[in-house]
Amino acid sequence: MGGFTGRDVLSIADFSRKDIEVVLKAAKKMVPIARGEKANRTLEGRILSTLFFEPSTRTRLSFESAMKRLGGDVVAFGPIEASSIVKGETLADTIRMVESYSDAIVLRHPQEGAARLAAEFTERPVINAGDGAGQHPTQTLLDLFTIWDQRGGIDGAKIALVGDLRYGRTVHSLTYALCSFDVELTFVAPAGLQMPKEVAEHVRAQGIPLAVTEDLPKVVPNLDVLYITRIQKERFPDPQEYAKVAGTYRIDAEVLRGAKKSLIVLHPLPRVDEIAPEVDATPHARYFEQAFNGVPVRMALLSLIFGGAP
Amino acid sequence: MRDLKVTPIKNGTVIDHIPTGMALKVLRVLGITGDVNSTVSVLMHVPSKQRGWKDIVKVEDRELNPKELSKIALIAPDATINIIRNYNVAEKHTVALPDRAVGILRCANPNCITNSREPVESVFLVRSKEPLRVRCQYCDRELEDVAGHIL
Repeated sequence: MGGFTGRDVLSIADFSRKDIEVVLKAAKKMVPIARGEKANRTLEGRILSTLFFEPSTRTRLSFESAMKRLGGDVVAFGPIEASSIVKGETLADTIRMVESYSDAIVLRHPQEGAARLAAEFTERPVINAGDGAGQHPTQTLLDLFTIWDQRGGIDGAKIALVGDLRYGRTVHSLTYALCSFDVELTFVAPAGLQMPKEVAEHVRAQGIPLAVTEDLPKVVPNLDVLYITRIQKERFPDPQEYAKVAGTYRIDAEVLRGAKKSLIVLHPLPRVDEIAPEVDATPHARYFEQAFNGVPVRMALLSLIFGGAP
Repeated sequence: MRDLKVTPIKNGTVIDHIPTGMALKVLRVLGITGDVNSTVSVLMHVPSKQRGWKDIVKVEDRELNPKELSKIALIAPDATINIIRNYNVAEKHTVALPDRAVGILRCANPNCITNSREPVESVFLVRSKEPLRVRCQYCDRELEDVAGHIL
């Protein structure tokens, strides 16, 4: 990706290891500002548009919070029903219109490739906040930041990705990004929800040690990072089958009994039954820090894009 | 013994060295369905010095444009195209697969933004030519059945 000023953030694949490290280091400096302990006005006078064509409260709020913590402002799309979209306006036209109201555009859209298309119709930087089942690069960056920050680095980590690895876009992007680092990966999923073949092939082609299993308790003692995602009920035609699988991939005190003291458990949230509430009080639980990290990471990106390195 | 099964054409295009079995797909790509005003000859499974067997398509009174050549390259990467004028080979082309296939393939992902009413052409990045592997630049999906998605 190289220089950040004015650049689009469309896919984590556009980020080299060096780019990722620039963002992580910038995000670290943003933490006290994100917590409100330090004031910063470097983005004063800048306006960010948030275009959310489908609801995603926490992503939208963390972008708004990030922009405002740096002294910038946000204009948001009203409810879709009230806008031109229902009148049949194309995304291309919407983007051309929004371009004149703001300095950068954050887009969440239900269709894959929407962010790349948007970027072609505006000179303003476009940040992809999720396009259908496609990319969600800022989620990946905050996941990486959490691992990096909690462990003091990413290299050397033994990381398991657990849950719905087939349909979960966050685990695909995270896997691709982790391949830029010196890690060992384990994919833990029920048979029908294992990681797509091309993702596993990519990992192996990069020379990253990879294990694939259905057995969660067996791998836990060896891990530094356990990243678990939600298994969606809709994927199972039979509710009994869902209940069985969901029960197998549930993190509780029992599963964590043999874990390393330093193991961190992450989850992109919202969780349903994947992590028992009893885990919240253990030193392993880092998913609330992870959720908070969305703000400093997005602050870092906005700051870099607007040319104001922290 | 005469082994000439189809006579030379006066004006038009000869597409030679089509992989055997692909001639009908070449016709489809060229939009030749049955309602034609000039002669179209299709030779399937004829002996080839280079690869054992091949198909040939001869289209009279029509010269192919660069976009049509790109489409043929997707299904017949070794095809040669001879433009015939007054019984002579006036131009000889080999088809070449570009690194980016623009506006000639439809993405198989129904949820890809290029399949909506947006003012863009599809763009596929050619990841490998042998075997042919292409990926949608917008949604990142690999297209499985390339021949079935030519526009």
